[in-house]
Amino acid sequence: MAILEVKNVGKRFGGLQALGDVNLNVEENTVHAIIGPNGAGKSTLLNCLVGKLIPDTGSVMFDGQSVLGRKPYEINQMGISRVFQTPEIFGDLTVMENMLIPCFAKRDGAFEMNAISSVMNQKEVVEKAEHMLEDMNLMDKRQMHAASMSRGDKRRLEIAMCLSQEPRLLLLDEPTAGMARADTNNTIDLLKRIKEERDITIAIIEHDMHVVFSLAERITVLAQGTPLVEDTPDKIKGHPKVREAYLGESQDAA
Amino acid sequence: MFGLEKRDTRLLIIVAIMALAAPFILNPFPTDSAMAQFNAGYPDLMQRFVIFGILAIGFNLLFGLTGYLSFGHAAFLGVGSYSAVWMFKLLGYNIIPGMVLSIIVSAVFALAIGYISLRRSGIYFSILTLAFAQMLFAIAYSDLIGRFFGTPITNGETGLQVYTSDPQYFHNENLPNIPHLFGQEMQSTYTLDVAGWSFDFSFGYYLCAIIMLLTFYLAIRIFRSPFGMMLRAVKSNQQRMNYTGLNTRPYTLAAFVISGMYAGLAGGLLASMDPLAGAERMQWTASGEVVLMTILGGAGTLIGPILGAGFIKYFENIFAKINDNVLHSWFSFMPDGIEDFMVTIIHPFVGKGWHLTLGLLFMLVVIFLPGGLVEGGQRIGRMFSRKKPSDDAADGTTTPAE
Repeated sequence: MAILEVKNVGKRFGGLQALGDVNLNVEENTVHAIIGPNGAGKSTLLNCLVGKLIPDTGSVMFDGQSVLGRKPYEINQMGISRVFQTPEIFGDLTVMENMLIPCFAKRDGAFEMNAISSVMNQKEVVEKAEHMLEDMNLMDKRQMHAASMSRGDKRRLEIAMCLSQEPRLLLLDEPTAGMARADTNNTIDLLKRIKEERDITIAIIEHDMHVVFSLAERITVLAQGTPLVEDTPDKIKGHPKVREAYLGESQDAA
Repeated sequence: MFGLEKRDTRLLIIVAIMALAAPFILNPFPTDSAMAQFNAGYPDLMQRFVIFGILAIGFNLLFGLTGYLSFGHAAFLGVGSYSAVWMFKLLGYNIIPGMVLSIIVSAVFALAIGYISLRRSGIYFSILTLAFAQMLFAIAYSDLIGRFFGTPITNGETGLQVYTSDPQYFHNENLPNIPHLFGQEMQSTYTLDVAGWSFDFSFGYYLCAIIMLLTFYLAIRIFRSPFGMMLRAVKSNQQRMNYTGLNTRPYTLAAFVISGMYAGLAGGLLASMDPLAGAERMQWTASGEVVLMTILGGAGTLIGPILGAGFIKYFENIFAKINDNVLHSWFSFMPDGIEDFMVTIIHPFVGKGWHLTLGLLFMLVVIFLPGGLVEGGQRIGRMFSRKKPSDDAADGTTTPAE
């Protein structure tokens, strides 16, 4: 069953047709990659899924419910979490606080006037946050300011924050952009482990073909705002249209 | 203790001792000495210290935690004062109804102003709050609403005050004819004379100090609560907040309303000190003053705003009193020419020129101590702990949010 159904989505910015007529189904419990050359509309599509942009035409259904017109926080509460290209974390807060905030958001919802009892007295939330930090190997950095961590650690923290909300769909926007090869491989391993351990659907936008072909079960190729092909990685690799639009220029990266 | 962590309990106790012993601490010089000029331990000024402390603590809950810089907080101060005086006029001089109404009315105003202003952030938010405060100032100054209804509401430039013809429903001849708490006059003062020193213990001051301690305690609880953490998250990264399923608007609005209620309470207390409310209390300079207090003391820290409020009020009242005669008496030991020269040099910085000194100090603090007076204190503390290497481990834990 498709957890995410994108139907006839179009988006225009002035004279630029960023998305033409996008149809896309992400099946439950799969890793679905969306690839395409620069300017293909990958990020625009992602922004339409999380409520940052509202498409001009078409519909986006998550688990049978429309996400269009909902605010980003409402879509998140429906079960979609997003990891950004440059890690978006709470830089001024400690790593532990970064981890606590999504745990509170999961327990208390979009707003809760919990102003009197101390954070540390909310045992079950603190335990959950500590458990997540341990799982992600960040426990020894818990008192550090998040902004002072390395890029790879920030990425891991961001993914951990998203996972602590127990999302059904995790959206990743070029999670390895600007990373060294070793960090990239660590991230791939982390995502593989997440997929094995949880009932989670992952949709990933990525430039790095190494990442795409090590993770994805389905791949959609976008070019000029429309999906070119959708298939399994093996088929995509050899597809003439894809080679022409995309891989032809960067075959060595594959 | 009191549901606080050890470090916060210690801070609360220090502030409590400072507040309760203020009549001694602020009067270090014998009454007849030349330095008596610098004594600040008289009831009127001490009350101002703690009342503006309450205002700054509340302002810091908004600005220090969420980073939203309100430039219209004096509006709530004024609204609180007007509400309290109206209670004096209608019900009598007991301050309790005045306090309650000033908090409620300022909360209503904060809800309305915050609901609209918080649609924008950054400089636009500041300008919106400033615009609202100036509108309220103009309305109060011209008594626009009063003229509309044909009866004074703010009483224009004269200011709102209590007249003998007012109903004062619960007033009777056994009660004092000035603000009181169940018969205990706010102004009643016990003076203790000890060998040249003179200490004033005023009921009004101690009442204000206890209220300040309660609001400070509440502020600590808010700082350490999940709500306080969310407010700091708003300051840090709103985008991540939204994509973590959190609605930032009610968080900022709640902070704005709480902060407005603190300001309203401070305004009500000002009116209880002196049952008079004027529009100038709402002017933008008054809003700017609380911003200065908070930044000078250390925005986002617990104790900073109190220090900043005390610092600025001290300057306003003590430096402003130093005139040329006082300066001449200080430098009288010098030869005449040099004495006059020194007085001429210092003259622009004291008396009416106290703003100049304050401005220079503010510049120095912002440039060299971006964390305010609290950062200065921490640096001094670290200097001492470095001399004792054995204590390093204990003091090595930095305290970003003290």
